Amino acid sequence: MLELENVSKVVGAETHIRDVTLSLRHGTLNVLLGPTLSGKTSLMRLMAGLDQPTSGRVLFDGADVTGLPVQKRNIAMVYQQFINYPAMTVYENIASPLRVAGSDRATIDREVRRAADLLRLTPYLDRTPLELSGGQQQRTAIARAIVKNAGLVLLDEPLANLDYKLREELREELPRIFAESGAIYVYATTEPHEALLLGGNTATLCEGRVTQFGPTIDVFRNPVDLTTARTFADPPLNTIELKKQGADFLLEGGTSLPAPDDLAGAPDGPYTIGFQPHHLSLERQAPDSAPVRARVTVTEITGSESFVHLDFAGARWVMLSLGILHLEPDDEVEAFIDTRHLMVFDAGGAAVTSQAPMAV
Amino acid sequence: MKRPRRRVLQGLGWLVPTLYIIFLMLPIYWLVNMSFKTTNEILGGFSLWPQNFTLASYHEILTNPVWYNGYISSISYVLINTVISVAAALPAAYAFSRYRFLGDKHLFFWLLTNRMAPPAVFALPFYQLYSAIGLFDTPWAVALAHCLFNIPLAVWILEGFMSGVPKEIDETAYIDGYSWPRFFVKIFMPLIASGIGVTAFFCFMFSWVELLLAKTLTSVAAKPIAAVMTRTASTSGYELGLLAAAGVLTIIPGAIVIYFVRNYIAKGFALGRV
Repeated sequence: MLELENVSKVVGAETHIRDVTLSLRHGTLNVLLGPTLSGKTSLMRLMAGLDQPTSGRVLFDGADVTGLPVQKRNIAMVYQQFINYPAMTVYENIASPLRVAGSDRATIDREVRRAADLLRLTPYLDRTPLELSGGQQQRTAIARAIVKNAGLVLLDEPLANLDYKLREELREELPRIFAESGAIYVYATTEPHEALLLGGNTATLCEGRVTQFGPTIDVFRNPVDLTTARTFADPPLNTIELKKQGADFLLEGGTSLPAPDDLAGAPDGPYTIGFQPHHLSLERQAPDSAPVRARVTVTEITGSESFVHLDFAGARWVMLSLGILHLEPDDEVEAFIDTRHLMVFDAGGAAVTSQAPMAV
Repeated sequence: MKRPRRRVLQGLGWLVPTLYIIFLMLPIYWLVNMSFKTTNEILGGFSLWPQNFTLASYHEILTNPVWYNGYISSISYVLINTVISVAAALPAAYAFSRYRFLGDKHLFFWLLTNRMAPPAVFALPFYQLYSAIGLFDTPWAVALAHCLFNIPLAVWILEGFMSGVPKEIDETAYIDGYSWPRFFVKIFMPLIASGIGVTAFFCFMFSWVELLLAKTLTSVAAKPIAAVMTRTASTSGYELGLLAAAGVLTIIPGAIVIYFVRNYIAKGFALGRV
């Protein structure tokens, strides 16, 4: 078990990591989800021991490893850039951690061939990394992380620099590879979709803080605050600030939404509601869906889906519709908000209640 | 009317480079030419190639210890200097490239300013110091004196090459379990092999052509070849054929070294540090 206890990292005047407490269990895949500069890499470097925390402790299986040099930690790491040793062959690259550990020749050969087979690198073992494609280079790096049989494997946006097809392919393979060892896997990504596809647990990061940690689907459906909900939404979460009065939310322009039943007891006042782009539609989804009139700003068509950007009283929303919609900019449309899936946050951003979508 | 004239001009495109190369090669040709002549022929009149071809000058140099010892001592202090400079500059350049410390940028620039001082400034202090500690007239004296100029240069060049290697490679090696010395020798040095080659070349070149310190810090035992040449000229009249042959033999080591590092130097220029 890897435990971070109130870990902070301050560099100069900037706080990179703010009071993070996490515990990650063996045999789990843990996703660090957050935009760039949210502290994912900084947090990984603290877990790895490449950087020392300014305050707080790092424990591995109960032992304090805070000051332990990285060589003694039995970890493996894969970077976003394809990092291999360019002067060595792929075989030697994969064998490198075993050679340093002093394994015998037969063990090294067996392990390297097994990892190469798993990552389909067998035909390229005699080449040097620079003679390989980007995907093969990254697979070499992953193979090196696998043979080490480390207790903690850190993957820092390993698929971000790969093209679409390779990314899909490797993303499918990774959980299968992970499942075979009992290591703690930490996987950093900026993409909410990737987190949902990988499953496991997710910690959402924002400005160096972990805003929520739990099973990925729980975090997605029941974000504890607005920051988490925003982090875990792609395209961006639609939000609007409004006032609660009795059983209704009052929107600008005289429209009102019925407040969810379990919110009836909450005090009146300002709230923020959030909903996913696919819960905004041109058709009424349910009898009590709330109609709103909004202005189209732009329509993006991606083959089978349309992303319609709407302007509602200054708020920018995105509507995701199946099929191709031909809407011109500045068209006025009537859209419906599916009120069954509203996420409601109070003035401070904390979730009052949240009922997130069933499907992604 | 215009077209034929342009065609004539284009037909003469070979002329300028050819003239340029002739002017470049002329002194070298003349040196080689003289080295195969007798002194009498050299002084006797103008001839484009040796009328009485002779290898006597080369024979004299390769058999007379005064001459070939000059080469041996030159080569030995140049090699000692190159090895010391590169060995000392490797860890220094690594520190400049990888770590931030107080005053690192100032220190880095200060290193370069060492190269701005003329060697003559240091001739007297080195002469006195080496005389006092018994290093005078040894290859070590010249080699160490040249380090003053070559180590800053070597650090400067190597730092450029090292900064081209991503820091993540270092970290990956540490994660794999490499200790720093093992990482440096097994992983890092092969990556900057061309940089080491270029650095060694520049150290070699400076030390090989530098004359003032080399002459001041030696007298008999470790006299460099360039000093042997000047002294021979002054004592035994004008042995011009002999001097020319010595000159040719002095150019050859540099040419050999350039031949071996020619590809790396292009890379060094591309990185903008050479």
